[in-house]
Amino acid sequence: MLKLTYADYQALRAHGEETYPHECCGAMLGHATPGGNHVHSVVRAGNTRSDRAHDRYNIAPEELIRIQRQARGLGFDIVGFYHSHPDCPAQWSKTDFDEAHWVGCSYVITRINHGKADVTNSFLLTGTGEEDKQFIDEPVEIEVGRSGIDQEKGKA
Amino acid sequence: MNIHIPTPLRAYTGGQQTVSVPGTTVGEALEQLTGAYPELRQHLYTGEGKLRSFVNIYLNDDDIRYLPAKEATKTQESDELTIIPSIAGGCRGCP
Repeated sequence: MLKLTYADYQALRAHGEETYPHECCGAMLGHATPGGNHVHSVVRAGNTRSDRAHDRYNIAPEELIRIQRQARGLGFDIVGFYHSHPDCPAQWSKTDFDEAHWVGCSYVITRINHGKADVTNSFLLTGTGEEDKQFIDEPVEIEVGRSGIDQEKGKA
Repeated sequence: MNIHIPTPLRAYTGGQQTVSVPGTTVGEALEQLTGAYPELRQHLYTGEGKLRSFVNIYLNDDDIRYLPAKEATKTQESDELTIIPSIAGGCRGCP
């Protein structure tokens, strides 16, 4: 189960609308709990794949390090990542799978249908490493009532 | 020096997000790390002992692949190493 506030859910979907027809990407900060990954903040990242941003994304390692430092400073971990699929299903692709290396993290994908955010799904990367990793469907719980203080604290 | 461990590899460092190791070069520090936590080695290196292509290691703000001396780069106690797996993908090849 992935838990995040409605504000964060809307923020990552809005990011995909803003970058359409290109893919957006970002990280989710929070805590891994026995019940699943609990997001307290979403952080936007730049897509360095300017050569084919319509169907690929990449976050620069330097930006990932900055995000990881930010998470550490806030007492959070990186618990997942999000990106958009412009006019493609909100399902992981072979490219997504091949490039997924953060076992235990949630990978959130939003379909952007002609510029509007459509379906959003989450997939948990499980396993112990490259040899046995797999994506499993992960339910998403939107916490409507939780205060937005956390995500305001976490913004870059 | 401190080595920062990313979320997916903390299962192999007893849950620690930062490990402190001795070492006067990047390579020595990494040897100390994988010596203390042997299960980490297969997640960082290929069977041939090369750093896996998706694993990035930064000495402070510099990718060690692009440092002139690479893993032989001298380090100081105040330096920090960060292990950061890559993040990429996209709908190319989506169902």
